[in-house]
Amino acid sequence: MSEEKIIKEKDPWFSPRNFKLLKNPLNLENPVTVQVLGICSALAVTVQMKPAIVMALSVTVVTAFSNLIIALIRDTIPSRIRIIVQLVVVAALVIIVDQLLKAYVYDVSKKLSVFVGLIITNCILMGRLEAFAMANKPWPSFIDGIGNGLGYGAILVIIAFFRELLGSGKIYGFDVIPKAFYEAGYVNNGLMILPPMALMTIGVIIWIQRSKNPVLQEDN
Amino acid sequence: MKALRNYLDRIKPQFREGGKFEKLHSTFDAFETFLYVPDSTTTSGSHIRDAVDLKRTMSVVLLALMPALLFGIWNTGYQHYLSLGQTASFGQIFSFGLWKVLPIVVVAYASGLAVEFIFAQYRKHEVNEGYLVSGMLIPLVMPVDIPLWMVAVSSIFAVILGKEAFGGTGMNVFNPALLARAFIFFAYPAQITGDTIWTAGLTKGTGVIDGFSGATPLARAASGAIDKLPSMHDLFFGFIPGSIGETSKLAIIIGAAILILSGIGSWRIMVAGLLGGVTITLIFNAVAANAYMTIDPLTQVMMGSFLFGMVFMATDPVTAAQTNRGKWIYGFLAGFFAIMVRVFNPAYPEGTMLAILLMNTFAPLIDHFVIESNIKRRLKRAKAVV
Repeated sequence: MSEEKIIKEKDPWFSPRNFKLLKNPLNLENPVTVQVLGICSALAVTVQMKPAIVMALSVTVVTAFSNLIIALIRDTIPSRIRIIVQLVVVAALVIIVDQLLKAYVYDVSKKLSVFVGLIITNCILMGRLEAFAMANKPWPSFIDGIGNGLGYGAILVIIAFFRELLGSGKIYGFDVIPKAFYEAGYVNNGLMILPPMALMTIGVIIWIQRSKNPVLQEDN
Repeated sequence: MKALRNYLDRIKPQFREGGKFEKLHSTFDAFETFLYVPDSTTTSGSHIRDAVDLKRTMSVVLLALMPALLFGIWNTGYQHYLSLGQTASFGQIFSFGLWKVLPIVVVAYASGLAVEFIFAQYRKHEVNEGYLVSGMLIPLVMPVDIPLWMVAVSSIFAVILGKEAFGGTGMNVFNPALLARAFIFFAYPAQITGDTIWTAGLTKGTGVIDGFSGATPLARAASGAIDKLPSMHDLFFGFIPGSIGETSKLAIIIGAAILILSGIGSWRIMVAGLLGGVTITLIFNAVAANAYMTIDPLTQVMMGSFLFGMVFMATDPVTAAQTNRGKWIYGFLAGFFAIMVRVFNPAYPEGTMLAILLMNTFAPLIDHFVIESNIKRRLKRAKAVV
């Protein structure tokens, strides 16, 4: 562990540095649109907003607490088996989350089906554990986990909003497109329900984000 | 004409830098170069000198599309009166067709061009003329009863995600007109598949004479009713239901001749596409596992949008393969898959759209390998000499 940088100085709990950990993943270091991680689940659970929000919260909880736990025990993990240790922690948390979902929001849990279990293999989690929690103190790691979970969740909710609105004419399960529209010939867009459209929506979000932030554009 | 030129010259300074309408520069430029050959020349470097620029090229393609469009307008009226069992004069038929088709053309142009102009202003580049052709192709591949707002949505989708996302005219991976059709096909399947949509005003069982089904030849073939296919005469001249521009093979062949003679459309792709289609049909004929597979190559090629796609869509110079050998491979596979999808997959009555879009994806790869093999061959030759 000697080669990894550890933040030595005492930081207040909500220092600008910690605040940045929370804020950066929402835009400039977004795990989905900038690092392009966790795309599969973003495609799978974004047909409607409700599952997307539940999924976003689940991932946030798991990232935050796995980051916290790994950061707490980071000095005691032998480097050669660290991935296994990380997986055990994540898996335990995912099982807890899965059981909670089954107990309290059973219908959503059924819709999310395997994708809650697949949080274990979500690249964002492993990425944060490897890149951040293994080298930082528990509190910044916890914040970093929340930030990345929210960054992932924000994209998920945006995609789900458009897919549900245009694909089913609903927002969070409520009909928002007036009946008169349908009578006048409006038809819900079937392509929005299909997974390719989630990918295209992510593409458009990346396009807009990049044209707004020149930092993200590569030199030609 | 002189007066128009003078007028343009008079208002031109206002669109230059510092002028009143500086922001609308590209809009002015688009209209000026649409009306007149631009008088500006490049000042440095070596350039290929040619009498035609991109706008003139597109005009030739538009000209090639005219026979298909005119016939499509007539056929729209013809099918309509046929379904009602009424006889109508040529004028009646044509004006009914015009009444149905013209709004689709106008909407496709207006919505797509609006997006193009907005992006051109925003990015401060000229309005490109690629859409002149796409805007004509989109109506020609639509069924006549398509709601106009769907035409608008699909045109906007195709221009934004098909062209502007990749950097505008000349940078697109997929043919925008096909993308617009694919969008409608997957987004609003009820409005673009089935038997009733191909004839204007046709609804099941009301006011329709007995024996008129409105099913396209492809739909009949897919249901196994190959003895009910229209005669070769009808298929060739196009007295059949179908998308607006695809029915008359005669009109398409005239268009193909214009494209080939002017050197704008690649004859290699067209011939290779036909070869591909014939090859897969002959294979099917040999297997003959169901009725659809026994249809002879000529009928297969004449049905649906196969010819239209191979002549006007597959030859799109931007999305097709660029190398000559690549064009043969690209065209052959496009024709091959078009018939294969049509016969194998009951969910997709026509495969031309999907086959060409698929080959659009592979065109750069095909070119890459053609060039690589060229390099290898020449290296070998150079080594042999040394």
